Amino acid sequence: MNVIVCVKQIPDPALPGALDGATNTLKRDGKLILDDSDAYGVEMALQLVDAAGGGEVSIISMAPNGETAGMRTALAMGAAKGILVSDPALQGSDALTTAKVLAAAVQRLGGADLIIAATESSDGYTGTVPEQMAEVLGLPSVTFAKKVKIDGGVLKANRQTEEGYDEVECALPALISVTAGVVEPRYPSFKGIMAAKSKPVEEVTASDLGVTPAGWAGAGQKVTLVAQAEARQAGEIVEDDGESFGKIVAFLENLKVI
Amino acid sequence: MAINSVWVFAQVTNGAATTGTLELLTKARSLSSNVTAVLGGDASGVAAQLGEFGATKVYATGDLAGKLPGVAVSGAMKAIIDGGDKPDLILFPQNYEGRDVLARLSVKLNKSVLTNSIDVAVDGDAVNATTPIFGGNTLVTTTFTGEGPYLVAFRPKSFTAEASGGAPAAITAAAVPDLGATGGAKVTAVHVEESTGPKLDEANIVVSGGRGLGEADKYAMVEELAKLLKGAPGASRAIVDAGWVPYSYQVGQTGKVVKPSVYIAAGISGATQHMVGMKGAKNIIAINKDKEAPIFGIADLGIVGDVHKVLPKLIEALKGR
Repeated sequence: MNVIVCVKQIPDPALPGALDGATNTLKRDGKLILDDSDAYGVEMALQLVDAAGGGEVSIISMAPNGETAGMRTALAMGAAKGILVSDPALQGSDALTTAKVLAAAVQRLGGADLIIAATESSDGYTGTVPEQMAEVLGLPSVTFAKKVKIDGGVLKANRQTEEGYDEVECALPALISVTAGVVEPRYPSFKGIMAAKSKPVEEVTASDLGVTPAGWAGAGQKVTLVAQAEARQAGEIVEDDGESFGKIVAFLENLKVI
Repeated sequence: MAINSVWVFAQVTNGAATTGTLELLTKARSLSSNVTAVLGGDASGVAAQLGEFGATKVYATGDLAGKLPGVAVSGAMKAIIDGGDKPDLILFPQNYEGRDVLARLSVKLNKSVLTNSIDVAVDGDAVNATTPIFGGNTLVTTTFTGEGPYLVAFRPKSFTAEASGGAPAAITAAAVPDLGATGGAKVTAVHVEESTGPKLDEANIVVSGGRGLGEADKYAMVEELAKLLKGAPGASRAIVDAGWVPYSYQVGQTGKVVKPSVYIAAGISGATQHMVGMKGAKNIIAINKDKEAPIFGIADLGIVGDVHKVLPKLIEALKGR
């Protein structure tokens, strides 16, 4: 069983985000790391391939400046190889273009039995790329999967809903997006980290994939204003002296909610 | 470009249109008198309600027979558009089904999407959507260019649902076309997770716990406090990721958006991911050990202290009332 995992390499979420003054898009020129959300998909893929008793996990990513640091983390966890799409012409790509690029990368790998992505990235969080990829590739999809297994060549997943969850069965090949916490991602071992350094990562451009970058003009939308939201003011801050619960009780009483 | 026709992706639960649907219809009718709801399911029970909130017409697919709405409803929408009824703008709720339908349709129409928005307005020839970023500190206005339909998803509670007293929406059947391989997924069972007390996104009081609780067992304090206040328990992404509570408890950018009268954050530092989901609360109480925690920057009452000491005393005091 072969599985392809889509991963995003993002600016460290612990650092404050910033916009590029010229283009009003997220600044992504610093060091990039593997999006935490994607570690779940990588782990899920490794477990499914293990359970199938054969096959491999490949990683695909789109990032500026030939960045592979985040992909190496996924390779260190146990993925076999990767494709990085890095092309200045793709800068500012919207979710639809990203989906077309990643779908082309899937095809360059010859497809797979299963494609896994996170439900959304932690930096841009448009949250549509997986389902858009499925449509581009003509595949069925199960989004927001929180439990996944392959049983007799059929994918069985529990899909998050507003009221609870649905059990869904899906023919392969298919694409799924997985929620955080679906599995416990492993930490890369020292051996894994060393091995990852020599695993193949092919770097390609949009034209290598036969995708015409839409760029700024093709996005069908442009940012026309960036403004600060009205800030919420801080109120009373008190150090707990053992009796501060009384402050909360009084606050709630004042609001007449107790 | 002027907006002549607006569609809303409508959802029904327990025989009634969802609050999110009514919010979007209310917004849609402020933009155009020609508002159409598109529903993956049977509309006979909700046509009156959809009309009351502004829809003049509803396209309904009828029972989806286990097909996932993402592929089925987007397929039906594409067929309607190909048939000549083309809207200028389609509004989607930012939720599981809304995102799937939006994403599939964007590929079928080769149109960009805008998600996580909180407002949309027509200004002369420009259609502008507003989207908060960086935890809501910054508002970005995006102007659509070129030909519609423009596709936008909105966070819950972006608009207030208000009935307009319109006549029942006229029901038109919308066929789901042959989905081929993309229709390969089927729902085989539906599970409703019963929760007692009010729903997280509708509760008047929300008590949320975070990493500062230290361990999963301590979440019981959050649940107990929520119950005493007749509120709903919530959680930060950190403890959902850690598996302490289900995803449905998550408040934040990738979880629920809540706007209760009172929000109590216990052991939550206030990552932007979390704040974007709760800063619309009327009153915020925060309890955290770290006085530098960002949550104190937006709290009306901040207690710098250990949740393990403050919460038990608060719970005792409320029990004694």
